[in-house]
Amino acid sequence: MIDIHHEKPGRRNPRTPESLDDEAGQTGGRSRARAAIARLNRDRSLYLLALPGIAFFLFFKYVPMWGLLIAFQDYSPFAGISGSPWIGLDNFAEFFSAPDFALLFRNTLAISALNLFLFFPVPILISLALNELRSVFYKRLIQTVIYMPHFLSWVIIAALTLILFAKSGGLVNLALESMGLARVGVLTDPDTFWLLLTAQSIWKEAGWGTIVFLAAIAGVDTRLYDAARMDGAGRLRQIWHVTLPAIRGVVIVLFILRLGDVLEVGFEQVFLMYNGAVSQVAEVFDTYVYRTGIEQGRFGYSTAVGLFKSLVGLVLVIAANRLAKRMGEEGVY
Amino acid sequence: MNTVKRSLADKIGSFLNALLLGLLALAMFFPLYYVFVVSLTDPGEYLARRFVWFPRNWSLDAYRYLLSTDAFPRSLGNSAFLATVGTACSLAVSASLAYALSQKRMMLRRAVLILIMVTILFSPGIIPNYLLIRELGLIDNLASLILPSLANGWTVLLMKNFFDSIPAEIGESAAVDGGGAFRAWISIVLPLSMPALSAFGLFYAVGYWNQFFSALLYLNDADKWPIQVLLQNMLLSASNVDLAQPGEQVQAPPNEMLKMAAVIVAVLPVLAVYPFLQKHFAKGAMVGAVKG
Repeated sequence: MIDIHHEKPGRRNPRTPESLDDEAGQTGGRSRARAAIARLNRDRSLYLLALPGIAFFLFFKYVPMWGLLIAFQDYSPFAGISGSPWIGLDNFAEFFSAPDFALLFRNTLAISALNLFLFFPVPILISLALNELRSVFYKRLIQTVIYMPHFLSWVIIAALTLILFAKSGGLVNLALESMGLARVGVLTDPDTFWLLLTAQSIWKEAGWGTIVFLAAIAGVDTRLYDAARMDGAGRLRQIWHVTLPAIRGVVIVLFILRLGDVLEVGFEQVFLMYNGAVSQVAEVFDTYVYRTGIEQGRFGYSTAVGLFKSLVGLVLVIAANRLAKRMGEEGVY
Repeated sequence: MNTVKRSLADKIGSFLNALLLGLLALAMFFPLYYVFVVSLTDPGEYLARRFVWFPRNWSLDAYRYLLSTDAFPRSLGNSAFLATVGTACSLAVSASLAYALSQKRMMLRRAVLILIMVTILFSPGIIPNYLLIRELGLIDNLASLILPSLANGWTVLLMKNFFDSIPAEIGESAAVDGGGAFRAWISIVLPLSMPALSAFGLFYAVGYWNQFFSALLYLNDADKWPIQVLLQNMLLSASNVDLAQPGEQVQAPPNEMLKMAAVIVAVLPVLAVYPFLQKHFAKGAMVGAVKG
């Protein structure tokens, strides 16, 4: 346990921030600066602790923002930012008029929409079902198993998908073949590719997604259930009238926040499942930036595409958060 | 009469509910189980049977072969390096910053918090990050996978929330005794926060072990590949990895089995720390992390 009795009451640092502020207030700007330096000096080890972290954020998160300038350049790595010609919004214009633009938008929105409508309800249903389990041991067991895939990398998920569903040698097709049925090529079928991604996401994240809802359900006053039972409500009616209203807020907020993330389709998942047969349905913003930028070396153009995505994403996230707050719920920031 | 009927329906409902959840868990458990048993099957038996649910003859041949190659153990070493050194560096940088930010007397505290918040909301994207790493000459250097992920906004804010919950007097008493914030941090707050920090450390370690995208971006040299990139090349990429065995030529187990053994080796460390991870997030300490 924490022992706080060591502290001697009444003993205080004579130079508290308040006393320094008073000094500064009396004698104007110059001594205010001096007071600030004194404060810095007094707590210098505090700032030393913060320094590596602040330097990290400035260098690795803000310096690249400077690199966004090349979105407005015909950038050549040899000439650098200072030597490359400025071309205004040409990169953006090229992207908006490219046939890829509509394709990327369609694929990204379709994958996100499937996630919203097929993936999103699954964790809610699972948490309701988990909440109805009587055996604590069984509930723990199920939770242990279904949280686990969250910690597997997308490479592992893609590998498992391949091992199970590959057209030649995949377990499912071996089984179909041995039963005299035709093999199915789900990995290379553009018609079902989006559904395949959704299924993978459900397999990986649906269990983990229940944690938020289970936390909300745990907060329900059990007397509400007793009252409902007195009124003759069965299990289903208790879920409908007590549990669901209790998690409504969380559901709404999460749904809105997911809406704000519609442009965020995980690069790794799509990239790993990408193959020639599904190229028309498997190109999303991030994979396109990777292909045009890293593979083709069109740095200016691909930066413009990335910037467009980041900006639209930013607007969507802020709008979603506003909306969530307006619904009387707590946003994420 | 009515109550009896309801309780029967109730029982059936409960049973169906438990059954469905069991099937769901089975669907999440089965792929790993299948890969696990096949990887441990005798190669001859695997080739003869094709469907293996439980091996008659167990064998470590696939693992022995993988570990006798050059590429596989090397990639494991790279990943282990990332997961240990990377985690230690990330924890040091982000926890120190988070602790400083939890101290109300820190100047420009709000400004730094806003600075961090902005990085959560807006990212300059893949290419500017790539060009920075290239300018720094870190391509094909494992540091390129550690330096850019020393901290991230969410984690720092979560950690700060945690330090906020430690009574301020605890740190101040050490500071007053002339030790300053650094001593308070090292000798009092850090030991107190060990359980929470080890949880953050585990999450960092799993993140480093699973890192794929940055490695794909920054490492062309196959000698530097972490296990995830090697796996991707073994399993998914058209180009075949050189898994030839140096020295004596031993009959290689079937390719399928090698893949499955590789998957198991890549999953094993994650499964090993999973019980500890679960202990922490089950307590709800990480609910904030789930929300994002």
